[in-house]
Amino acid sequence: MDVTDLARWQFGVTTVYHFLFVPLTIGLVFMVAAFETAWVRTGNEKWLKLTKFYGKLFLINFAMGLVTGIVQEFQFGMNWSEYSRFVGDVFGAPLAMEALVAFFLESTFLGLWIFGWDRLPKKIHAACIWVVAVGTVLSAYFILAANSWMQNPVGYRINPDTGRAELTDIVAVLTNKVALITVPHTVAGCLLVAGGLVTAVAVWHLVRRPGQDTGTYRSAVKIGAWTTLVAMGAMLLTGDIQGKIMTEVQPMKMAAAEALYESEQPAPFSVFTVGTLDGSRPVWSVEIPGLLSFLGTGSFDGRVEGINDLQAEYEQKYGEGDYSPNIPLTYWTFRFMIGLGAAAALLALWALWSIRRGRAPTNRWLVRGLPLLPLLPLAANSTGWIFTEMGRQPWVVFGELKTAAANSPNVGAGELITSLAVFTLVYGVLAFIEVRLLLKYARAGLPDVTPPPPAESDEDRPLAFAY
Amino acid sequence: MELTTLWFLLIAGLFVGYFVLEGFDFGVGMLVPVLGRDDRERRVVINTIGPLWDGNEVWLITAGGAMFAAFPEWYATLFSGFYLPLLLILLALILRGVAFDFRGKRPEAAWRRRWDWCIVFGSAVPAFVWGVVFANVVRGVPLDSGHNHVGGVLDLLNPYALLGGATMVALFLTHGAIFIALKTSGDIRRRANALAGRAGLGAAALAVLFLGLTLAHRSGTAAVVLSALAALCLIGGLVANRVPARDGEGRREGWAFAGTAAAVALAVASLFAGLHPYVLPSTVEPAVNSLTVLNAASSAYTLKIMSWVALVFAPIVVLYQGWTYWVFRKRIGTQHIPE
Repeated sequence: MDVTDLARWQFGVTTVYHFLFVPLTIGLVFMVAAFETAWVRTGNEKWLKLTKFYGKLFLINFAMGLVTGIVQEFQFGMNWSEYSRFVGDVFGAPLAMEALVAFFLESTFLGLWIFGWDRLPKKIHAACIWVVAVGTVLSAYFILAANSWMQNPVGYRINPDTGRAELTDIVAVLTNKVALITVPHTVAGCLLVAGGLVTAVAVWHLVRRPGQDTGTYRSAVKIGAWTTLVAMGAMLLTGDIQGKIMTEVQPMKMAAAEALYESEQPAPFSVFTVGTLDGSRPVWSVEIPGLLSFLGTGSFDGRVEGINDLQAEYEQKYGEGDYSPNIPLTYWTFRFMIGLGAAAALLALWALWSIRRGRAPTNRWLVRGLPLLPLLPLAANSTGWIFTEMGRQPWVVFGELKTAAANSPNVGAGELITSLAVFTLVYGVLAFIEVRLLLKYARAGLPDVTPPPPAESDEDRPLAFAY
Repeated sequence: MELTTLWFLLIAGLFVGYFVLEGFDFGVGMLVPVLGRDDRERRVVINTIGPLWDGNEVWLITAGGAMFAAFPEWYATLFSGFYLPLLLILLALILRGVAFDFRGKRPEAAWRRRWDWCIVFGSAVPAFVWGVVFANVVRGVPLDSGHNHVGGVLDLLNPYALLGGATMVALFLTHGAIFIALKTSGDIRRRANALAGRAGLGAAALAVLFLGLTLAHRSGTAAVVLSALAALCLIGGLVANRVPARDGEGRREGWAFAGTAAAVALAVASLFAGLHPYVLPSTVEPAVNSLTVLNAASSAYTLKIMSWVALVFAPIVVLYQGWTYWVFRKRIGTQHIPE
């Protein structure tokens, strides 16, 4: 394993880990904001209870997303200095905009929301969480615009004197078609996770504490499950468009997703395969004729380029080298992404069915499967990102800079092993603590929201919330 | 004004903002077990920055992002060159941020004590390491012709840099103590004022020594003036710390805080003033290998776009962050801490 591999492992570990928390943050903030808005508009206490209950889970999770996010920004410079030098002119801009426009909004208004229950009028307080929600989506947009530029570089030129990329059109970068479709796909993925969590926790309470706050938990199940289902619909729609754009701008990634070695017209999609996927031996697989053609081109008999043809084409264009990513990995992550997400939607459907017309959920298997409701879409998110990033290899910036030339030349294996070990260890311990806290507060159930008795003097009234 | 100069000033401004704001956060964090004698008092100390610390930390993230966008070479060289120090800062900030949030989530004393130590570690370590990093930036580090840092990590721990680290810690300790005095009532306020007075003398001595040595490395009228003003403001703040307040309970904490805030701002500004036009001077072949605002900068187009973004959004950020400070302006005491 050389230093580039170590740096890649570190990026993989820290990024996948970071993105375990981010989806819940982005998804849950909208649900909490919706609950609070319902409370402000109807005055019904059940919405306040749901706001505070899921708000607590949201905050436990937010802290982890926040602190692991700083690592993300620092490690471009720390581990990938040649990459940073090459792309800074283009890639730095959306990153700086993300901090200035989105992060300040999120963190400042979240502080107001957490501590402002007794300091702000109801409506302003609810507005604060909506501002946080807008901030999270803005943040997703800017960082995905940056990432999309790595998949499909646009709006730049290579400076012949310095050999570096220079921005020529910021509008092109911010309206990159890859970014415009990746944002809704990613946000829907976040809602999938949050909907799953809201549903799972509420069903658990309906089963374990029958008769206690039943109406409130039933509302939560309905909202959570519908969020999951609608999000899954959005995933399929946006994913379909994404597939077509990917076939156009990164055909190798699409070919790798199917392990399609020879170009085919029409090309089938294999649901799964038993075999080596290296193109050398025939494999046994379940295929749906023409589906890959449809996913890639929109027509059931469109032509899909195979890995071998693309390899030949790229060798001519970029010189000798291996231009295909890790095929088994891209093949399987692509399938897991779709399959796990769909499985989560089915579970949500089941949960919804289980409470139909006032029924209480009783099925043992449903209850056992509850932890899977948020975990399946979380895993689908991770595998989707692993596919997206691994499928771009050997490039870090498609067609412009190879990953092997992007790491910091002055950072050695010793430093990388140290940081990789530190992050893995600390992240592991924190994940353990975080999950236990989430479970503790999820089990605790809806909070008491009756206002405290009036204090002797207004001056000495305890804070509505304090660390 | 040249856009490269504007962006040098903006990044300097972001770091000034970061150290003024997170500076008192760090001080507060370091003082949690010192000024908080029991759990309730420790919670008072932590809650003085409860709604604020997260927004304050974004100044750093924005400074990093702005550096990446406006001076990619500076960002790349600095972050890869100061690898282990920055790793330590990251580790500290992770533990500290999580600690604020997790500390109160369980009632056990051992649980809370453990997170308290994470807060102390997470506040003292970044304060010290940032001092070391900035001192080395001002002093210069060995860069090769590709602008890669070629020195070892032990070279970064030279006496001047260690002095820089100690100065930051002492300065933030004073700044944080005064902030606690400004935001609390009762016994904690009194103790915070007393501690600020003592810590302030140490901070003043270290700051004068460090800024004096800095001028030996990078002089210039602006740096000299800013350093002198920083020292004056610090002394002014410490004087206000001795003057009884009108309510008869504490000292003139508002003025004292203005003094330490200005001192931190001016001290950081003087480092940047001394640095300009360099962003990272090289000790090897300084004329060729050093990074300057010119050879580290992005293209004129990127700088122009980013200038507009900063011009529109930075004032908005300052406005709503200022509003947060207004919303949470009240002093808190042990009676305000809910069960």
